[in-house]
Amino acid sequence: MKPFTYERAADARAAVKAAAETPGARFIAGGTNLLDLMKLEIEAPQHLIDVSRLPMAAIEAEGEGLRIGAMATNSQVAGHAEVRRRYPVLTQAIVSGASGQLRNRATTGGNLMQRTRCPYFYDASKPCNKREPGAGCAALEGVSRETAILGASHACVAVHPSDMAVALVALDAEVETLTPSGEARRFPLMELHRLPGETPHLETHLIPGELITAVVLPPPPEGGQRYRKARDRASYATAHASIAVAGGKVALGGVAHKPWRAVTAEAALAAGASPDEAMTAELAEAQAIGENAFKLPLTARLGAATIREARGETP
Amino acid sequence: MSSVNDWAGPNPVKDNRSGLIGKGVDRYEGPLKVTGTAPYAYEVQPPSPPAYGVMVGATVATGRITGVDIAEAEAAPGVLLVWTHRNVPAQPAKGTRKHPRSTAGSKPALESDRVAYFGQPVALVVADTLENATAAARLVRLTYDAASPDVDFAARKAGAGQPPGEEDVEIGNFGEGFAASAVQLDETWTTPIQNHCQMEPCASLAWWEGDRCIAHTSIQMVKPAQHGLAETLGIDRDDVRLMTRYIGGGFGGKGQTYDDLTLAALAARALGRPVKVAFTRQQMMHGTIHRPATVQRVRLGADRDGRLNAFSLMTWTHCHRDGAFTEHASNFARTLYAAPNRLTGHRLVKLDLPGAGPMRAPGEASGTLSLECAMDELAERLGLDPVELRIRNEPPVDPENGRPFSQRQLVRCLKEGAQLFGWDRRLPTPGQVRDGRWLVGYGMAAAIRGNFLLPAKCSFSVDDDGVITVRQGMTDIGTGTYTVLAQIAAETLGVPLGQVRVEIGDSELPPAPGSGGQFGAATAGSAALMAGMNLRKAIAELATGDAESPLHGGDPAKIVFQDGVVGIENRSETLAGLIRRAAPGGLTVEGEIRPASDMREWSQQTYGAHFCEVGVDPVTGEVRVRRMLGVFAAGRIINAKTARSQLTGGMIWGAASALTEGNPVDPRYGSLLGQDLAQYLVPVQADIGEVEAIMLDEVDDKANPMGIKGVGELGNSGSGAAVANAIYNACGVRVREYPITPDKLLAGLIARGL
Repeated sequence: MKPFTYERAADARAAVKAAAETPGARFIAGGTNLLDLMKLEIEAPQHLIDVSRLPMAAIEAEGEGLRIGAMATNSQVAGHAEVRRRYPVLTQAIVSGASGQLRNRATTGGNLMQRTRCPYFYDASKPCNKREPGAGCAALEGVSRETAILGASHACVAVHPSDMAVALVALDAEVETLTPSGEARRFPLMELHRLPGETPHLETHLIPGELITAVVLPPPPEGGQRYRKARDRASYATAHASIAVAGGKVALGGVAHKPWRAVTAEAALAAGASPDEAMTAELAEAQAIGENAFKLPLTARLGAATIREARGETP
Repeated sequence: MSSVNDWAGPNPVKDNRSGLIGKGVDRYEGPLKVTGTAPYAYEVQPPSPPAYGVMVGATVATGRITGVDIAEAEAAPGVLLVWTHRNVPAQPAKGTRKHPRSTAGSKPALESDRVAYFGQPVALVVADTLENATAAARLVRLTYDAASPDVDFAARKAGAGQPPGEEDVEIGNFGEGFAASAVQLDETWTTPIQNHCQMEPCASLAWWEGDRCIAHTSIQMVKPAQHGLAETLGIDRDDVRLMTRYIGGGFGGKGQTYDDLTLAALAARALGRPVKVAFTRQQMMHGTIHRPATVQRVRLGADRDGRLNAFSLMTWTHCHRDGAFTEHASNFARTLYAAPNRLTGHRLVKLDLPGAGPMRAPGEASGTLSLECAMDELAERLGLDPVELRIRNEPPVDPENGRPFSQRQLVRCLKEGAQLFGWDRRLPTPGQVRDGRWLVGYGMAAAIRGNFLLPAKCSFSVDDDGVITVRQGMTDIGTGTYTVLAQIAAETLGVPLGQVRVEIGDSELPPAPGSGGQFGAATAGSAALMAGMNLRKAIAELATGDAESPLHGGDPAKIVFQDGVVGIENRSETLAGLIRRAAPGGLTVEGEIRPASDMREWSQQTYGAHFCEVGVDPVTGEVRVRRMLGVFAAGRIINAKTARSQLTGGMIWGAASALTEGNPVDPRYGSLLGQDLAQYLVPVQADIGEVEAIMLDEVDDKANPMGIKGVGELGNSGSGAAVANAIYNACGVRVREYPITPDKLLAGLIARGL
């Protein structure tokens, strides 16, 4: 780990101001991903701005929806009575990620900002366009099964590891942020993350120094909700594929550089297609590389079964 | 000449007057471990503040170091020393044995510019803090002339040869027997590279007292570590004191020392202060040994009644280019089932991968994953129950050497296990049982592992307070050594457990071979019993010869040791009182055990039977273990609790081999993909349902004076096959390429229309 300086932000405005003024600064909250990456020097911030004590942990009603402060921990969100009652897909997604100890530390904002678990990203002896733009991608012809089948590029085949974000995308959540100039912004969470394209080191559309302050859920859609995740072991493993269903909304995890909103599947379902047909349509553009070919049938099968389950049908 | 007959007589362990033998006694060192106060090697407090060493691993798999730039690292804050092959102190060439009886040769670190495997330590940075050393280690700039690594086992398998000094073992005529068999099976299984993933990474602390090196490290065998370090440092063996008091898991991976020990000792000498060096979790994967991958071909030929006429298990495996290790995955099969025509053997290929070496149940853990599944497949082809197939092939004597079995309760394990598990509820046709979204299946497999006894010594002391101290250069790698030695001592000297101290893990103590191969408890424990018997004799002679003792003039052979009191008939006194008066300062005696010269006239094994219930999600190919039962016969059990822990731990490990464990090789880089415990998947609590291990009553009087055997490896033998067989029974898909992950199972599920 490289030496770094540290400050505890007094309030959100001070935090973004400090971020704008300090080169190489990063926000830190739970630190469950950033600290691991710093130990490996995959992340080497010169300055850490601790936002974990900012009073942004409230989970409260906003109109007919729910506003989740960016500092609410994953455990707090998953266990919140309103979340469990009205947004069960979110609870299911959160508790299928990480471990109990990590969820107690990890925050809502941090969860969205976590980085890929691609093993080649973690091994600094291998080329990675995320770590070093232009270096190349070792995973492209590598032996990892955990690569993207949707929206990947020749520069990067990594997947986004969050479970929570997949459910939030299916729930049409919005993100609230504070820009470095102190402006509040609000936009669909679906638009937060990027596809890799030629610039996989750019993972979100946040501008440098912009701080996530909350996630806002609209009222839950009509219809059943369900999150399912397929993985090698029952806990503390990233998804081979996952799916969040909330009424007619569908999002996929473990298959792309971002939580994947399955708009094609949604349109097909709305037009009366069966869950299997809808998933087939969604995956028409999917591409297998190397070891990840199994993800195509897996995502199709898991997706269709989960849609049926959310509808109360036999999976 | 010694004989197993010498062990036939009664002794305090067999008599078990206090009932301590077999009892599930809590761990001797348990409170220290659960409160975090047991000092592991890296946590020992040295006599003065230590410096911290961090190793740098090679980022290529093979080639030469052509450029070294350490200027920036040397200039970094707090840095005391930076070494590469260019400036490390000279060490004797690898394997040097200045002392002819050294149990290990020199193991120089940073030896040359040659890189022999990815992750090989190629530089050391020592600084005032761990953080400074870690930061500076990143500033060491090395350039390589890298060659393309030769690591593709599957591609190189065809060119594999006989392991040095080994030949295939053929009994009868396998080819003819197989061809003439009414029912034939010929299938191939593969197992991947596995890493030990001990909770405690390899770590060392060393300092010097004059010309003497004091080292704490995490090691399974004390003497080879002491000797090897002395040879590496070029000093007398007595000038190395090596300690390993607490060990956070070994599993075979700590049967040898690594560069952490060598570099800590060298740097401590150079700097004149204590130095700590540890592997990081990531460095452990490449920097220490692993269980090598195997390809195993099994051929079974049987008559229609299920009697094996021909059987063969051939194993292909790999080791490091400079190494000589062979994963003997075929050996166990020579003893397991009867068949007149038999062929077993191994093929070895040398690769540019890190060193292959022993890992828990070496041989059996890999080999049962093929043979015990092949038996399941054969049973299906014959329309026989898999338990019954095994019973029909039970040999009356060892099928290859004709020796009688010292004990063989495999059939009892199979029958009792089947009954306890409810095996009769199994439906032989796969895919018939559903529980919600899960398809449920049952599987079983046999377990076998050899039993061993090695030479060992031990000392016993009694002090003025009547406290018995056991001293032995033995190790406890989390297995329960401390506890079983305390039980043997307490039972032998008739004192409460609280009146026993155990000191192990020190090269100054009477030597024992350490922990490995499940020989630890039998070997160390038998030496302890011998030392205890000698102490009893010394105490008896002391009491009967002491005019002030109420036992004076009595027959020393009739003395009884119980509850801290020594007595003959109705005359008695406390042990403490006797020692205080008649031998102030206490008594110390030694004892030793040696294998009996006629031990090998019997085939000595431990046995078991595994039963497993799994759920398979037919949509995703995910598998979860719902329950496992193992029934084992492994001689007299000293401690029901620690033995059970070892067995259930082994069973879970087997389940991991079946389901998740394996580290893929990236042939482009010669490196392993999984480099931490988020990428290399061992089971978590949620993966494993009920696990139970039952130990049958058994005393093996050919094994050692206590009639005990080992259980450390046995649980891992066969349990993965039971899981694989249960998967087949659940869903009708056989995957012969371990681990059976969803990606592999899914293709079969789809093919079956599930």
